[in-house]
Amino acid sequence: MSTKVEDAVSADEMMTVVAARALTDETVCFVGIGLPSTAANLARLTHAPRTVLVYESGTIGSKPRTLPLSIGDGELAETADAVVPVPEIFAYWLQGGRIDVGFLGAAQIDRLGNLNSTVIGDYERPKVRLPGAGGAPEIAAMAGEVIVIIRQSRRSFVERLDFRTSVGYGVAPGDRTRLAMPGKGPTIVITDLGVLRPDTETRELTLTQVHPGVSVQEAREKTGWPLQVSEDVEETEPPTDGELSELRRLRATLEANE
Amino acid sequence: MAEILPLDEAVAELVHDGDSVALEGFTHLIPFAAGHEIVRQHRRDLALIRMTPDLIYDQMIGAGCARKLIFSWGGNPGVGSLHRLRDAVEHDWPGPLELEEHSHAGMAARYAAGASNLPFGTLRGYVGTELLGHAEDTVAAIDCPFTGETLTAVRALRPDVGIVHAQRADRQGNVQIWGIVGVQKEIVLASVRSLVTVEELVDDLKPEPGALVLPTWAVGAVAEAPHGAHPSYAHSYYDRDNGFYQRWDEISRDRDSFQDWIAEHVLSSAGVA
Repeated sequence: MSTKVEDAVSADEMMTVVAARALTDETVCFVGIGLPSTAANLARLTHAPRTVLVYESGTIGSKPRTLPLSIGDGELAETADAVVPVPEIFAYWLQGGRIDVGFLGAAQIDRLGNLNSTVIGDYERPKVRLPGAGGAPEIAAMAGEVIVIIRQSRRSFVERLDFRTSVGYGVAPGDRTRLAMPGKGPTIVITDLGVLRPDTETRELTLTQVHPGVSVQEAREKTGWPLQVSEDVEETEPPTDGELSELRRLRATLEANE
Repeated sequence: MAEILPLDEAVAELVHDGDSVALEGFTHLIPFAAGHEIVRQHRRDLALIRMTPDLIYDQMIGAGCARKLIFSWGGNPGVGSLHRLRDAVEHDWPGPLELEEHSHAGMAARYAAGASNLPFGTLRGYVGTELLGHAEDTVAAIDCPFTGETLTAVRALRPDVGIVHAQRADRQGNVQIWGIVGVQKEIVLASVRSLVTVEELVDDLKPEPGALVLPTWAVGAVAEAPHGAHPSYAHSYYDRDNGFYQRWDEISRDRDSFQDWIAEHVLSSAGVA
């Protein structure tokens, strides 16, 4: 392992770089705000310049020069190929099958990749009222595939979701077909510890990769169910100087915006 | 023809206690000035409708205007929670708040259905989620009469009052909106009564790329409210005040600091936020 760069890399930076790498060039990507937007723009500015970023505010092909704080900043409209009304972005473009990749975060995930962004605790008397569904349920159902970014802990990787806001693989293999969901579902889950992918048969999330300095044991300890681990867990390539400097430049534009 | 009215008269005439009211604007053109006027006029028991409640509904909920919230995403974009919304849901402060919760795609379909004079909108959505169990009288499975596929029906939204902000209107009340247009058109056409606040009234509407125009006869009232979308933004007029969105996290976290802010910046000011 090289040490100099990676010592300086924060867990969020590692997660964002790995998420950016998961996005291949010339894909049409529906982007949520926060880490997904940072990662998608990092991909666009490094290895995937022809990636098309679509925001739920109706901006298609946005090429923001500074990172937006919201999904509807003026920068996204000014740099877009097209701006369409909100009912259209969901009906014609997402439901119409024109989105290759959806990028989602959540507060909780379960072993079949289902997501909660609604409440922690009981729905009627929540401990924490989270923002709610937004565009996530339909992105999870209809994007060609879904990339999930989420920090890993026993609070976020749970045996049982407090609320199922968005469907990953449902409660059993075959559920996506039964529910007539056109997209493949979550094909990769990126955390601050490593990467998980669904088992080809059971669809259970399986640890396939850990970031430098993270052990499989730590990933197990920070998972709220007995974690399935791949036979050959790989170690994530540390961020290159190019990736890291571009990411830090981008994040500085967000802070300058505040 | 739309009536051109001062903002306070327009709100007094159009918004009544107990109404269902939608103040829309998807990140862009959020009608803050109109929302503050509703707070100043002490409207109560409103069913507030909005895809992304944002700071404006956090303020109206904290100020005690709402009995119900119909929404799809209730956060402070890029910052975190809406603390007044959370306090109402988690601790019934300043009173209990009933929630009717949907997804963005569902809310957009509900507005479009309302504007189209249909009883429901149709989409492929909600299946497999627990949203289905929590909005029972507004979501239902429906069989396609042509293909037999099972689809999702969402009840149309027909608010008593729809309020949006726009860049400008002419003196006849024709409204022009450009940039991110969100659901501005749908909500004006779906609502029984409507109010459009504008940055400026002009003699002639100069064409703008990608602009939509709401003809005066489709609009209830127009009120001039310069800077009326701040701290959100008005494309070609001013940028989003991201710093205020950040500061709101601190202001709204605590009931006392929230009430001080409302007293100073809304209740005591005469129509300018």
